[in-house]
Amino acid sequence: MKINKELLKVKGLKTHFFMDGKIAKAVDGVDFTLNKGETLAIVGESGSGKSITSLSIMRLIPSPPGKILDNSSIKLENRELLTLSEKDMRKVRGNEIGMIFQEPMTSLNPVFTIGNQIAETLIKHKKMKKKQANQRAVELLKVVGFARAEEIVHEYPHQLSGGMRQRAMIAIAMSCDPKLLIADEPTTALDVTIQSQILDLMIEMKEKFDSSILLITHDLGVVAEVADRVLVMYGGQIVEEAQVRDLFTKPMHPYTRGLLDSIPNLDTDVKRLKSIRGTVPPAHRFPEGCRFAPRCDHVMDQCTAANPELLQREESHKVRCYLYES
Amino acid sequence: MQINTNHQIDPISAAQQKTEKSLSPTQLAMRRFIKNKLAISGVIILGFIVFIAVFADVLATHEPTAYDMYNIESKVSSENWLGTDSSGRDNFSRLVHGSRISLTIGFFAMLFTVVIGVILGSLSGYYGGKIDSLIMRITDLMLILPFLLLVLTIIAILEKISILIFITIIALTTWPNLTRIIRATFLSLREKEFILGAKSVGASDIRIIFKHFLPNAVGPIIVNATLMMATMIIIESALSFIGFGIPQPTPTWGNMITEATNLRMLENNWEAWLPPGLAILFTVLSINFIGDGLRDAFDPKSN
Repeated sequence: MKINKELLKVKGLKTHFFMDGKIAKAVDGVDFTLNKGETLAIVGESGSGKSITSLSIMRLIPSPPGKILDNSSIKLENRELLTLSEKDMRKVRGNEIGMIFQEPMTSLNPVFTIGNQIAETLIKHKKMKKKQANQRAVELLKVVGFARAEEIVHEYPHQLSGGMRQRAMIAIAMSCDPKLLIADEPTTALDVTIQSQILDLMIEMKEKFDSSILLITHDLGVVAEVADRVLVMYGGQIVEEAQVRDLFTKPMHPYTRGLLDSIPNLDTDVKRLKSIRGTVPPAHRFPEGCRFAPRCDHVMDQCTAANPELLQREESHKVRCYLYES
Repeated sequence: MQINTNHQIDPISAAQQKTEKSLSPTQLAMRRFIKNKLAISGVIILGFIVFIAVFADVLATHEPTAYDMYNIESKVSSENWLGTDSSGRDNFSRLVHGSRISLTIGFFAMLFTVVIGVILGSLSGYYGGKIDSLIMRITDLMLILPFLLLVLTIIAILEKISILIFITIIALTTWPNLTRIIRATFLSLREKEFILGAKSVGASDIRIIFKHFLPNAVGPIIVNATLMMATMIIIESALSFIGFGIPQPTPTWGNMITEATNLRMLENNWEAWLPPGLAILFTVLSINFIGDGLRDAFDPKSN
């Protein structure tokens, strides 16, 4: 990237859920850094802990039963977020970190106009007057591509389509010019044509507002389209970290390879799609050793004995697997 | 730029835009409500009763508490339009003034209950956990006590009952149902993504409760409050009927029906007890029609 300055540094993040005496280790030791201006994607199956990672950064884990363990560290521009008071954290949310969600149909409050919901954030964080905030809301809606923004500000969410609502969500998320935009599966609920528009818009917003994106998705197509760097998560841990090109051309972890193999290929005619056998184990019953071992085709003795470390095997390419032990 | 084409690919909302202004969900509900004939007839009947209550002083032909021992249990006449009761008080004037008491008690007891219910229900549904358990156990405790027995006991202990005390007693014994409904509404709203969205832009708890939960719970609250008002009027009548309500000589519909406990009056003087009975019937019925109309309006899928 152009400027390799660290924006977000997550270290040893462990978010566990304590229920009925069981401990669900939804996120279990995640380390990564996100540089300024970068788009970092986290991919993984349902239950791999990617959404919990993003909610942990916002400190929006429902507690109880969830808890971010004490030794975890999340630093935004060298400021520790986990020790901030709730009041200070509220100033970070929406102001320094914006977030958009998967379900555009339910992520806007149905009883308020779009303008009202954008203005709310501006009034809170930027201490704007109501009139000024409303003007800014119209500008923001224009920026996210609404041609008739003056009318949209007075409309209610039910009058907008899914794609339009997601645009409005992006307008809210970008309203306070955040340093980081967390997008939790922003295109999953949208149809394909709208998907690419929303992705383009997000990248455009990133450039325009000089921000960075943490993109949570299970869609490798989306990753290929927008990400600079990719983290692959499995069982609450990162199993592979690579530049997006490297990940697609030379995936290293058997899980990543499995994911890439299970993408339908239009060039060759196959009867059945490849899939990874088995399912993600529940977060309170991870196997000993490598968490992917029970589903892995390359499983070795040492895999079931101890969990491998996430180690750098090639230039800016880390992987958590014994196959690359030389 | 690709993204600017968005407004063109959504012709439906563009067409809507031309024909109507943006309506909030509440405005849409009101629009559905107006189309409901039964509900509107309820509004008209209740409006008429409210009109009577407001202008009771003008409409009444006699002082409602003035008794005339020389003119008891009289029949319908040009002097006493609905005859007189066993103390010689004018039934028509008492009926007219009774509407004030019934509506006042119905409305304020409902309002008081809604305030308690909204506060406790919000706390319970929003915070969950220990606060929720505590409030819900108190609610359970209130619900297992037989309502009438509880109210009768309190009234018997207090002896002197004014309208204010009466309203307080009813409100303090009927809040559990509404609390549970509001809690349930909050619990379902809590799972909605826009609540998480509000938190993600840094909204505080108070703000989330007042700006994001309550406006979305307005439908169920209004519907249940309306139906509760009808219940309150019946409770007042029932308690007055058995002599535990608003004491004589204050005219209430329940007090007036007490005349029917006298067998002679029941057989001969229909004008003493039938009109207040019908008044209660029409008031409660009209309020229930309105409540049902509101329910259909706020939740069109319920039909």
